[in-house]
Amino acid sequence: MSNTVTNVVIAGLGGQGVLKASDILAEVAFRAGLDTKKSEIHGMSQRGGSVNSDVRFGSNVLSPMIPSGRADFLVVLDGDQVDVNRHMLREGGVLIDPDKIDVNALANRRSLNVAMLGILSNHLQIDLEIWLDSIKANLPEKLHDTNIEAFKTGRNAAGD
Amino acid sequence: MVSDDTTPAERLLLSGNEAVARAALDAGVALGTGYPGTPSTEILENFSRIGGLAQWAPNEKVAMEVALGASFAGARTLVTMKHVGLNVAADPLFTSAYTGVTGAMVIVTADDPGMASSQNEQDNRHYARAAGIPMFEPSDSQEAYDFTLRAIELSEKFHTPVFLRVTTRICHSKTVVIPTCSVPAPQKPEFIRNIKSRVMIPAYARPAHKRMRERLTQITDWNERSNLNQTIKGNDDLGIIATGISYAHAREAAPEASFLKIGLTWPLPIKTIENFTQSVARCVVIEEGDPVLVETLLAAGLKVEGKDPMYRFGELDVGRVRRILSADTSPEPAPAKGKPPQLCPGCPHRTGFEILKKLNCIVPGDIGCYTLGVLPPFEAMDTCVCMGASIGVGLGMRHVLPDEEARRVVSVIGDSTFVHSGITGLVEMVYNPPKTGHVVLILDNGTTAMTGLQEHPGTGRKLDHQPTNQIIFEDFAKSLGIERVEVFDPTKEAEKFERALAEALKSGELCVIIARRPCLLAVKKIREYEKQAAEANAHE
Ligand SMILES: Cc1ncc(C[n+]2csc(CCOP(=O)(O)OP(=O)(O)O)c2C)c(N)n1
Ligand code: SF4
Repeated sequence: MSNTVTNVVIAGLGGQGVLKASDILAEVAFRAGLDTKKSEIHGMSQRGGSVNSDVRFGSNVLSPMIPSGRADFLVVLDGDQVDVNRHMLREGGVLIDPDKIDVNALANRRSLNVAMLGILSNHLQIDLEIWLDSIKANLPEKLHDTNIEAFKTGRNAAGD
Repeated sequence: MVSDDTTPAERLLLSGNEAVARAALDAGVALGTGYPGTPSTEILENFSRIGGLAQWAPNEKVAMEVALGASFAGARTLVTMKHVGLNVAADPLFTSAYTGVTGAMVIVTADDPGMASSQNEQDNRHYARAAGIPMFEPSDSQEAYDFTLRAIELSEKFHTPVFLRVTTRICHSKTVVIPTCSVPAPQKPEFIRNIKSRVMIPAYARPAHKRMRERLTQITDWNERSNLNQTIKGNDDLGIIATGISYAHAREAAPEASFLKIGLTWPLPIKTIENFTQSVARCVVIEEGDPVLVETLLAAGLKVEGKDPMYRFGELDVGRVRRILSADTSPEPAPAKGKPPQLCPGCPHRTGFEILKKLNCIVPGDIGCYTLGVLPPFEAMDTCVCMGASIGVGLGMRHVLPDEEARRVVSVIGDSTFVHSGITGLVEMVYNPPKTGHVVLILDNGTTAMTGLQEHPGTGRKLDHQPTNQIIFEDFAKSLGIERVEVFDPTKEAEKFERALAEALKSGELCVIIARRPCLLAVKKIREYEKQAAEANAHE
């Protein structure tokens, strides 16, 4: 049963939009009709401490938390947070770290979180339309353009 | 709002907190009250956002009393708090089990095993047994929705307050919810006098206690016959009894096992459980926190095993459940060390801690963002126990320390915390003044920052940020007869602030110093609310 579940850990520091990114990803999976669970610890995150969020989707998801060593993807928004989260990745799992994106290519650095989802999207078989709709559903209208740009930058940057 | 069979079912992705709020709305809850506290805070915020009437009370005790009054009057109510909040509300709680309620009263206790954002990891399942109040424990957002409705139903059927116990992973995890509400429409509130069940003088309380115990017996029968406890047939070698989030972890850890998931966990459906234990060769209880369930089952003579005491600490997860099942007590790998939270750069609390450190103060502290003043580079906090304790603890120290040490003691408390439970401490200071005097420093950043920027009675705005009456701390302190009351902007008037604190310590008087400057994350929002209020005024 568990082999039909995709596990994504998103990690970074408070204020980087880790939770926003995981909200968007969870909504993408949900809109694609999959059973979806998302879990995180928040509270006190505004003071720049470590934040991570687990997103799981598939035919039937049980625990909302990804067991250590079982993440298929580890998306990290801050370079220093790679090592503390690496243990979550399974053998052969994919690490998506901020080196994969040139932040200067983004209209706004704050949309790094969404740009990273752009990279991730290349690995998942989900319609582009659903990604764009979910981004819009989770952000105020005035941020739609920059974030959709950022998403596409990420989606096109995938040089791994 | 009863669902119409012809429309396709709505399918939502909700956090546990959102699901509770949605259920409360669908069931026509007339009033939601509470006090912020991670992980419960978003329940009332969401209830308000989707159209419910939700209010922050000054603290959990008042919140529960307001909810109790509304349910005496026949309304459906929801009262929310974090686990330690229930300690504050424990006094009305225990006696409300005697008085019972007329409309529904659902008490949400949000526990925090692992202490993601709390000062202890107390297990509030003990309260259900101690107070004689039924308790539901959802295992995902769907059940958070469904059990809120069932709790309302049970509360009205048996005229009892009912607990909904959630934990951090239920509150803050999003899972799929199909909301279907079958609860009949609420009654219209009206006052019906019922002195013998609501006035707890001993003569009326003695029979009320007996009624409460009889009610629990009836609810036990009801629970045995209900569909709240789910059996999942797997193989006969291993049976697992689980509740709440532990159920989700255990299903993943041992997919082949047989399961009994208990939904109404107090009073327990002992016969159902006994039947289950007899259907399997080995029966393990998987529960997070204290061994509450396993000890009750063992006391009832059932053949079950629990977990090694090492798993009493912290949250459970799939890996830890596997270890429990294989009785693995080898040391666990240390959790990955992330970056700890810090006061934001430019946080108005910073100046205060710099000064306290410089003046070598002894600092009984309190709970809020400012508790981070304990970490380097400040290390300017000496105690932190519970909300409001800074003042009492500071006074206690002042009473017994040698004079030269007593004179260094400053109680430090945030604005929301001051309203929550610092007010009675200030009264104590006036009533039993230490001979060296005392200094209370209120760090007033105009919000409840720690839990995500909630309003409180000192901000002059309600939960939905609409204007209301404002408590002015300096006027309040002066009204108690405290003469030395000073207010500073800690950033703009740092030097004056430091001088005033040094003089206050020397003076031997009772002093209140208020450092007032809005939290950096709140400042823009506060300006916006003030602008909206001014515009609304201009239109009148
Ligand atoms: C009894 C109880 N209720 C709620 C909480 C959660 N909580 C911790 S601190 C705090 C208030 C913080 O606000 P404030 O005192 O204004 O300090 P700030 O975070 O703004 O610096 C709350 C609600 C708690 N720890 N204990
Ligand atoms: S959230 Fe506000 S009060 Fe808390 S550390 Fe940041 S600036 Fe200070």
